[in-house]
Amino acid sequence: MMQNKDIKRLSLILLFSPFALWILLLIILPHIGMVLLSFREKVAPRVYEYSFANYLDFINEPIYWNTLLRTGSMSLLVTALALLIGFPIAYYIAKIAGPRARGGLFLLCLIPLWVSDLIRSFGWILLLRETGVISNFLLWTGLIGEPVEFLYNDIAVIIGLVYTVILFMIVPLVSTLDGMDNSMIEAGYNLGGNGFTVLRRIIIPYAMPGIVAGCIVTFMLTAGSYLTPVLLGGKNSSWFTEQIYNQFITRFNWEGGAAFGMLLLLFTSVVIWLGLKLSGQTLANTVAKS
Amino acid sequence: MKHTSPAYDLECLDLAKSFGGIRAVKGVSFEIPSGSFFSILGPSGCGKTTLMRMIAGFEEPTSGDIKIKGRSVLGVPPNRRNVKMVFQHLALFPMMNVYENIAYGLRCAGVNNAEIKRKVQDVLERIALPDVGEREIHQLSGGQKQRIAIARCMVLDPDVLLLDEPLGALDLKLREAMKIELKLLQHQFNTTFIYITHDQSEALVMSDNVAIMNQGLFEQIGTPQELYHHPKTAFVAGFVGDSNRWSGTVKSADATGGMVETDQGLSMSFSAGSGQTIRDGDKVDIFVRPEFIRTVRAAETDQAAADGDNQMSGVIDSLLFNGANSRVLVRTGSGELIESDVTVTGNNDLKPGEDVRLVWSSRQAMCFARPESA
Repeated sequence: MMQNKDIKRLSLILLFSPFALWILLLIILPHIGMVLLSFREKVAPRVYEYSFANYLDFINEPIYWNTLLRTGSMSLLVTALALLIGFPIAYYIAKIAGPRARGGLFLLCLIPLWVSDLIRSFGWILLLRETGVISNFLLWTGLIGEPVEFLYNDIAVIIGLVYTVILFMIVPLVSTLDGMDNSMIEAGYNLGGNGFTVLRRIIIPYAMPGIVAGCIVTFMLTAGSYLTPVLLGGKNSSWFTEQIYNQFITRFNWEGGAAFGMLLLLFTSVVIWLGLKLSGQTLANTVAKS
Repeated sequence: MKHTSPAYDLECLDLAKSFGGIRAVKGVSFEIPSGSFFSILGPSGCGKTTLMRMIAGFEEPTSGDIKIKGRSVLGVPPNRRNVKMVFQHLALFPMMNVYENIAYGLRCAGVNNAEIKRKVQDVLERIALPDVGEREIHQLSGGQKQRIAIARCMVLDPDVLLLDEPLGALDLKLREAMKIELKLLQHQFNTTFIYITHDQSEALVMSDNVAIMNQGLFEQIGTPQELYHHPKTAFVAGFVGDSNRWSGTVKSADATGGMVETDQGLSMSFSAGSGQTIRDGDKVDIFVRPEFIRTVRAAETDQAAADGDNQMSGVIDSLLFNGANSRVLVRTGSGELIESDVTVTGNNDLKPGEDVRLVWSSRQAMCFARPESA
């Protein structure tokens, strides 16, 4: 009896330890380091003091906080677009497609994940650049007189980001919609609701946990993405992660980079907290559920 | 609003539905008098759900017509039909509380808030749950959910209420109680209820009329008593209530009855099932209900022999004790088992291993020609 209990405890420790190590070494420790680093100011070569100087820099330089706000608002736009495009797809997969088509369609959504971010962004570059497929096609049809550059603008960045993250919107939506009894929708019609009423009062409220979960994941991924905005937006993208990269790598200002990193984390957390409050959901019944 | 109301709330005329090559419903016609409790009883896969979904408007019939209050509803979408439905798993909306669930249909109809409040409160009182409005759905018991699902439909004052096996998910005790309650609710609302079920006791207890459905067709429509005592087909005789069943060949027959030799070699007399004409040499099925068979000890047969024109001797194989519904299984000389209801008093009862005689009247032996010989 006692032995059995010990074995149970040992197996729990063995199973739990990789996870605990991962959280501790790769999440908690770096963040403690970042926090400490961000409160350090270089006053002379190799002389550091604790201060809020890095955060004050951020507040005093409009470029920095404008970039952060721009990143936040564009991420919200990308999230909204991903939801608008993803919801009908998820609804089709979960409710309209037959059981066999469902698996195939889901797989089709997953296939892009088999290719790296870099290659997928490069694909968009091939399509959108001045000498790319779309420009050449429009030239060939005579709709435009000379090659047009579709890259390096906000639209290109948004298209690329929506494409990258939409899968993370579709998956939680499919899983919540899948759990919805079809008779609930039929009851909605039977009691006199039209298509719009059923969508607004029954399907969307039911799918709310999935919608919020998808939005949180999508927003976090978008706000924290680096490769897509840089490759598709070029110099014009001014994504906040680029600022962080610049501080760390180009300017070798680790203190500033650490402060920016913390600010991004704080900012996205506040946005998500607001989103949860507004939608009346909690983390436990959204992200933790799917 | 109520002008010359037609005699029937619902009429179906030669209604049929095919899915691909499969004909789920093959031409069903019936009409339901206003304010009655009508059940459609059939085994799973008989097409009863398809029939109901056509009435509700979720499936378009392949041919035939559906009339509600005398008006054809073909092509009318489900949300414009005044036919409401209680779903098998009720389909209450979990994200709304009880009040909002009931108010949903009224809001869809554009009723103003004060009126909604009055109507919801009114219907909650009628189902004897006046104080549950603010509760969430998951806080209700199974029976309460049932009543809310009905209230949600009844608040809209439908012409016909469809119920799709709503008692299936309940436990036995509650199911028994809900049967009576449903019947009372139907009386109270005085609306036509159409109840779909595969459970014959639900259909028999609650209904004014029952339709027995099999393989896409109605076998018989009638009151529960008619179906039980005067089944028109072998399927109805076998499906409604318990029966001992024999197959055999008619040896001699006249207009009302005759003698049959069963495939096991037993001889018995019968009376023809209602509407049946049995001829000599027909292959037939004979049904005898266990409650019409008397079981008497072999030693006491003299006085019993006069009562019945069919007799058989055997040995009690086992006693199935179930209070008032106790039954014995008697193994006959030819080795088959016959079920017979007995009264168990706890005093000098029949025991397994005893020699008995089974006695029944030919009037209780219902005989149907087998379809393959017809």
